[in-house]
Amino acid sequence: MTPAIEVARLTRRFKTFAAVDNISFEVNAGEVFGFLGPNGAGKTTTVRMLCTLIRPNSGTARVAGYDVARQQNDVRRSIGIIFQDASLDDRLTARENLRFHAMIYKVPRTEVNERISRALEWMELADRARDLVRNFSGGMKRRLEIARGLLHAPRVLFLDEPTLGLDPQTRSRIWERLLALRQEHGMTLFLTTHYMDEAENCYRIAIIDHGRIIALDTPAKLKAQVQGDLVRLETVDDAAAEAEVKQRYGVEVVRDATGIHFEVENGAAFVPGLLRELPVAVRTVSVRPPTLEDVFLKMTGREIRDDEASNHEKLKGRLKRMGRAWR
Amino acid sequence: MIDLACIRMVWERDVIRYFREKSQLYGSLTRPVLWLFVLGMGLRGSAGQIGDVNYTQFIFPGIIAMTAIFTSIQSAISIIWDREFGFLKEILVAPVPRTSIVIGKGLAGTTLSLIQGCIIILLAPLVHVRIALANIVPLIIVLALLSFGLTGIGIVIAARMTSFQGFGTIMNFIIMPMWFLSGALFPAKNLPIWLNVLVRLNPLTYGVDLVRKLVLGFSYHSPVFDFVFLVGFGVLTTAAAVFFFNRGEY
Ligand SMILES: Nc1ncnc2c1ncn2[C@@H]1O[C@H](COP(=O)(O)OP(=O)(O)OP(=O)(O)O)[C@@H](O)[C@H]1O
Ligand SMILES: [Mg+2]
Repeated sequence: MTPAIEVARLTRRFKTFAAVDNISFEVNAGEVFGFLGPNGAGKTTTVRMLCTLIRPNSGTARVAGYDVARQQNDVRRSIGIIFQDASLDDRLTARENLRFHAMIYKVPRTEVNERISRALEWMELADRARDLVRNFSGGMKRRLEIARGLLHAPRVLFLDEPTLGLDPQTRSRIWERLLALRQEHGMTLFLTTHYMDEAENCYRIAIIDHGRIIALDTPAKLKAQVQGDLVRLETVDDAAAEAEVKQRYGVEVVRDATGIHFEVENGAAFVPGLLRELPVAVRTVSVRPPTLEDVFLKMTGREIRDDEASNHEKLKGRLKRMGRAWR
Repeated sequence: MIDLACIRMVWERDVIRYFREKSQLYGSLTRPVLWLFVLGMGLRGSAGQIGDVNYTQFIFPGIIAMTAIFTSIQSAISIIWDREFGFLKEILVAPVPRTSIVIGKGLAGTTLSLIQGCIIILLAPLVHVRIALANIVPLIIVLALLSFGLTGIGIVIAARMTSFQGFGTIMNFIIMPMWFLSGALFPAKNLPIWLNVLVRLNPLTYGVDLVRKLVLGFSYHSPVFDFVFLVGFGVLTTAAAVFFFNRGEY
């Protein structure tokens, strides 16, 4: 079986800055594959290339067996996408948005109404079908986007941070449904995310940073790279604590705004001794088993942050509101 | 190249939005009414007769054309909003040819422009203009042709412009001058050479001229030439629209 996605030495520059830098990977048909990375890592840029919205500067990519630069229409016929940011027409109703989607994706006429009703019901939007999307809450809009992306039953579905801003129950319900669809139709899922629990749904994960893939494996194997438990210490003088821990225990230490972090074999047994021996006063201490976040922290020395929108995003949001008022 | 479902979708969406957004309808009717009655009546005394008609009657065809011009360009430029608010991505990742999107947009602009144009045509009795019944259908065809060509310009502008900051600029530096230089507001006779050249180079001149022929019964150029020119203009701008729309990245 041909892989659902084949990417070889793909690069995309904006001016001279490489947003995606020579990445290669393959996604098997029917797989759930994840891109995990911090803001600006190049996740959306990769998705946009794979969806034929922008052209690569170099390298090749095939989706469903078709070249994204040369067989754009075949690629477009094979995919569905849930964009990271809004792509609904908010002057239309929910049902109209779905109906127009069905129209351009040539969903058979006899099936359209039923599929739309089912999609709306599944996303718990059935009673709002006739309302204008501009009156929807953020979460409702997001759910409508997801319903729309699935409407034409694509072979390969791209999800760019699909559940951003949704509550945990909704997220898990969406995931149930996505995984069921994968089972039924053999659909391939390619997702990007900041959410660790969402990444755990993937068979394989690529960790991407500064446009490069720095690790690619199953979640379990990635976590195995972090040996033992993670200890985080917050002290009155983190710099001194860092030097002290390094020297005394010979472990690698990462220091950031939240304190110092390091791995030890058995955290719970290690901490009491540490507290006795460390000359720097400790404010807080925590110990936990490794997560994918730690893998990232270990590989890059930085944390994946998902709480704060970048300044660029904020500015864009403000401009949009201005435009809306002006329109 | 021709995907009827896509053309229909792009067209229907714009039409739905147009009827839903009443303020756009009223707003775009105020401008021509202001021009016609305030400017027209205001200058009527000092401008005197132009041929057999008074000044208000003289600019009436120009006001019909203006309505078509502004409506169709504005409609095509809405692509900028679609890009800014994200909906354009939804259409562009769909398996539909770009040409069909351009055609759908062109037909939508034409439809809206005809609706607005017809409303202005209904004002004819108020300025004592009698349009021959036999001229109504040709007039609509000419307005449709003009509008379709102009949506092409609108799409090129939208494809070249990366944000809406330039929107007002475009209106002020391209559309307004084109309209002023179309001979809609003054007879294209005895003009200084530089003005004459600009008027003659302006594609709108021939559209306005043909509308004038059908509404008032006289024109400054041969109607056949006007018509051929309009068709050529439509073909050219549509080709340009397809080219630039295809080339852009989104
Ligand atoms: N059209 C563009 N012009 C210039 N730079 C761009 C453009 N699009 C993206 N970039 C830059 O490319 C880099 C990668 O952006 P991308 O949107 O792919 O990040 P991401 O991994 O999706 O981040 P996030 O988690 O915030 O969505 C960023 O530094 C961004 O500023
Ligand atoms: Mg992104």
